[in-house]
Amino acid sequence: MIPLLQVQDLTVRFDVLDGLVHAVNGISYNLNEGETLGIVGESGCGKSVSVLSMMRLIPQPPGKIVAGQVLYRGRNLLDLDDAEMQHVRGKEIAMVFQDPMTCLNPVLTIGRQISEALVVHTGASWEDARRQTVRLLEMVGIPQAADRLGDYPHQFSGGMRQRAMIAMALACSPSILIADEPTTALDVTIQAQVIELVKSLRDRLGMAVIWITHDLGVIAGLAEKVIVMYAGFIVERGSVDDIYGDPRHPYTLALLKSLPRVDRSSHERLATIGGMPPDLVGLPAGCPFAARCDYRVEHCLQENPHLRSILAGHEIACWVDVAGRHEPVTGREI
Amino acid sequence: MDTAEAIPRVSLPVVEEVEPPPLTFRQLFWRRFRRHKLALFAAGVLLLMLLYAVGGTIFFSEAEANYTDTGLRLQGPSREHPFGTDTVGRDILARTVYGGQISLLIGLSAMVVEVLLGIVIGALAGFYGGIVDSLLMRFTEAMLNIPQLFLLIVMAKFFGGRIPNVELAGRTFSGSVIVIVLIIGVTSWMYLARIVRAEFLSIKENEYILAARATGTRNLGIIVQHILPNCMAPIVVSATLSVASAVTLEAYISFLGMGVQAPTATWGNMLDGAYNYVETAPWLWIFPGLLVVLTVLSINFVGDGLRDALDPRTLAK
Amino acid sequence: MNDNHVLVQVEDLKKHFPITRGIIVQRQIGAVKAVDGVTFDIYQGETLGLVGESGCGKTTTGRTIIQLYRPTSGRVAFDGVDLTTLAGEGLRHMRRRMQMIFQDPFASLNPRMTINRIISEPLRAHNLATPKEQIERVQELLRLVQLNPRFINRYPHEFSGGQRQRIGIARALASNPQLVICDEPIAALDVSIQAQVVNLLDELQDRLGLTYLFIAHDLSMVRHLCDRVAVMYLGKIVELAHKDELYDHPAHPYTQALLSAVPVPDPTVERRRRRIILEGDVPSPVNPPAGCRFRTRCPIGASCPDEDPQWRDLGGGHWVICHQA
Repeated sequence: MIPLLQVQDLTVRFDVLDGLVHAVNGISYNLNEGETLGIVGESGCGKSVSVLSMMRLIPQPPGKIVAGQVLYRGRNLLDLDDAEMQHVRGKEIAMVFQDPMTCLNPVLTIGRQISEALVVHTGASWEDARRQTVRLLEMVGIPQAADRLGDYPHQFSGGMRQRAMIAMALACSPSILIADEPTTALDVTIQAQVIELVKSLRDRLGMAVIWITHDLGVIAGLAEKVIVMYAGFIVERGSVDDIYGDPRHPYTLALLKSLPRVDRSSHERLATIGGMPPDLVGLPAGCPFAARCDYRVEHCLQENPHLRSILAGHEIACWVDVAGRHEPVTGREI
Repeated sequence: MDTAEAIPRVSLPVVEEVEPPPLTFRQLFWRRFRRHKLALFAAGVLLLMLLYAVGGTIFFSEAEANYTDTGLRLQGPSREHPFGTDTVGRDILARTVYGGQISLLIGLSAMVVEVLLGIVIGALAGFYGGIVDSLLMRFTEAMLNIPQLFLLIVMAKFFGGRIPNVELAGRTFSGSVIVIVLIIGVTSWMYLARIVRAEFLSIKENEYILAARATGTRNLGIIVQHILPNCMAPIVVSATLSVASAVTLEAYISFLGMGVQAPTATWGNMLDGAYNYVETAPWLWIFPGLLVVLTVLSINFVGDGLRDALDPRTLAK
Repeated sequence: MNDNHVLVQVEDLKKHFPITRGIIVQRQIGAVKAVDGVTFDIYQGETLGLVGESGCGKTTTGRTIIQLYRPTSGRVAFDGVDLTTLAGEGLRHMRRRMQMIFQDPFASLNPRMTINRIISEPLRAHNLATPKEQIERVQELLRLVQLNPRFINRYPHEFSGGQRQRIGIARALASNPQLVICDEPIAALDVSIQAQVVNLLDELQDRLGLTYLFIAHDLSMVRHLCDRVAVMYLGKIVELAHKDELYDHPAHPYTQALLSAVPVPDPTVERRRRRIILEGDVPSPVNPPAGCRFRTRCPIGASCPDEDPQWRDLGGGHWVICHQA
C-alpha cells in the first residue's frame, strides 16, 4: 500500500533583497492513512514554509520550489494546474492556521463560508449544505449551532473561531488535515479543548493529521511519528516514543533538556543551547547545527550529514551518535 | 547625586555576535531620496536660488538696488539692466537679488515660528489629553476657521506702522518684515499642530513609552527624548512645505500693499509695483513672478521627495 | 530566601477601566473590572509567580502595583511606603527601586535610540551618574546580561528578540532596583532562547538579591523559576501556595483544570493523563458572575452558594478561595 502522502526532496528558496534564503533543504517523509505526524522546530526552521509550498500557497516570486515532488495518492501536487490544485485544497487536504482570521472572511457569516465550501467542493445544494453546516458546528462543539450560522467571525471568541475554522476544514471530509500552529495563540485550557476535539475527530473520521508546532508538549500528546527540523533540514525522525525517550540528535537532545516540566520539581538551571539560529541566507558548509553543538567533531564542519537510520524507523542526520553519552531525558531506561 | 553601587564583576561568557548594521537611518534616507529624480532636480534649483539671492550681493550692493534714477524708468531688458528697470528707475535684477533675500528670509523665519508653535501646542495637546487637549484643540479649530488672508490683512493693518526698523547683518530691514514673519507664523501653525498631536496620540500608546514611565523619566523627558524624535518625518515635511506657503503668502500680502514697505524690496512688493503696468511693462512682474514660482515649485517637489524618503513604514523596522 | 521581610504588600487592589459613552459629555456606563480585589505579599528575595489565562488581570496587576496605572482602590505598600498616596516627584523617585521588564522585545525599546541611551535612561532620570560614568555603567550592564559592550551604539532593530530582551533587562537593572516585575518576559521568544533568558534572570537574582514578580502563562516555566505561585481568574486570586505544594496538590478546581491542560513533553505521561476539560469560554470582565467567579465553568460549582467565597488557610502558606476546598 503506497503512503497517502510522499514528500520527496522538497527544496524551497526565497529570493529576497539580502540574498537567497534556503528555507527548505531537501526534506522527505511519508504519511500513511490515518497517521498523525508532528513536525517540530523553532521559528525559521522551515516547518511552515514546507507545508505551505506543498499546498502551493507560497507566492512564486519571491518563493521558488526548486526541487522535489509531493505525491498525494500517487499524483504530484506540484505538477497540477491551478484548477486541479483548488480541487485538492479543501476537499482532499485541508489546512488550519494559527490565526483563524487568515481563513475566515470577516464580512461573511460563518454559516455562509462553511456552506460555500460544501457547495463548491461536493456539489451539494445550499439547503443540504446548510444542514450539514449545522451538524459540523455541533461536531466541533459550538453550542446552539443552528442559531450561530448567521454570526460573523468577530462575534466568536478565539477558541470558537478555531473550532469554526476546523469545522470549515473538515466540511468535505478531507483525507489529510494540516494544522500550522493552530493553538499557539490560545490559552492553555482552550488549547486543551481544541486538541481533544481534533483527537476525537481524527479517530472518528480516520483522518491523517500533520501538526506543526514548536511546542514539544503538544506533540507528545498528539503525534505518532515526529520530524524535528532545523535550518530547513530534517535532523531527526522517528516514532514519538523514540524521539522523546531516546533522542539521538544533539539538537533534539538539547531542546528536550532545555524544557521545564510542569509535573516535575526542578532544582537546577535549565540546560541551554548556546549561540543563535543560523542565517538562512548564508548557510555554512557542513552541518547547520555544528556551531552550537556540544558533540561536534571536525567532520561536522566540513560535510552536511544526510539522514541515516540508526534503529528501525528512527533516523538522524548526524555524524555522531549521542546514545549513551547523556542522562536519560524522560526517566525511561535506554 | 547618587552614585550607583558597583555591580560585582561577572565572568559569564559573552553571547552571540551581532551582524554589522545593514544601513543606518541616514543612509537609507539618502538612498531613497536620490531615487526621486524630480526632487533631486528641484533641490538643485533651490540651491541655485539661494546662491542667486545670497551670492548676487557680490555683483550688486544694496545701495545700487535702491538707486533711483527716474531718467531710466520703465526701460525694457538691456545689456546694462538685464531685467529692465522699474517705475523709479531701479535695476530690477539687483532688486530681485535683495528682494529674494527678504522673501526667503521671511519664508524661513515664518517657518521657524510656525514649527515652534505647532510643535508646542500639538505636543501638549497630544501628550496630556483631557482638558488640555480639548482647550487647545478648540483654540486651534477657532484659528482654523478664521480665513487666513483676512487675519493676515487685519493684523498687517494693525501692526503695520508700529514696529521700528531693524539692523541685521549690515542691512536695514523695515520693521514690517518682522511683522509679516510673525503674522504668517501665527496664522499657519494649526496644520502642523494637528499633525503633531495625531503623532503624539499614536506614539504615546507604544510600549516603550510605558517603559520610559516605568523607568521614572519625567514627562518633559518623554516628550523630548522619546516621542519627538519619532515624529520628525511629518514635521520635516510640513516645515519644508510651509516655507513655500510663507513665500507665497508674503507675495499675497505685499501685492495687496500691506506687506513689507518701501524701500525694502521683496518679490511680493515688486509684483505689487507692477500692478498698473501689467501689459505695458511686463518685465516688471515676469521676473519676480518667475522667481517666486520657481522657488515655490522647487520647495514643493523637495517636500514630496522628503515625504517619500522619510516614509516610516519602510525606514524603521 | 530565608528573609521573611515583606517587600511589597498588596491589599484589596482594584483596577477598573471605565467604559464611557457620549459625544459632548462622557457618561460612564460600565467598567472592565480587570483587577477586582487582590491581596498578597511579596517577600524580599523571592520570586512570586502570578499565573492565569488571558483576561485574568495579571498584567494589569503588575502595572498597577508599580503605579503605571493608578489603582481604583486599594493599597500597595513598598517597603512600608504606601505608593497609592504618592504622586508626582515622590512617586517618580520611588521608581528607582522598582522596575519592569516587558513582554514584547520589539515594542518596548525605542527604535530611534541607541542601546546606550536606552539602558542609561534610568541613570539620567534619577541623576545617578555623570555622562562619563553612564557609559561605563552601561558597558558593565551589557556584560552583566552577556552582551558584548562593543555594540553600545547600535540600534534595537539590529539585535535578535532574545538579545533585545537582555537589553530590556539591562535597562531594568540600571538603577539597582529592589523589585523587578517581569511581565511575560519570555513569551515572545523561541524555545531555545527562553531557557537562556530564564537562566540569566535566575543568575541575576542570586547575584544582586533581586525580588521578582514573575507574570506568565507558561506554567512549566513558572514551576521552574518561582518560589511561590498565585493563580488568578477574572480579576481575583483563587489560590496561592509554595510552588511544589501548588503543582502537586492544587486545591482550587480552576488550578486543577489549568494544570491538567498543560502539555508535558513526554508521550508516556501524556498517554496516561486524564484531562479536566472546562466548558465554554472565560466570561467577560465587564460583567463577572456574582459570587465565585469560576462558578459558571466549575466542574463542581453547581452546588455553590451565591456569596463571595472566603480565603481559606490550608496550612503551610497554602491559601485558596473556594467554597468547597
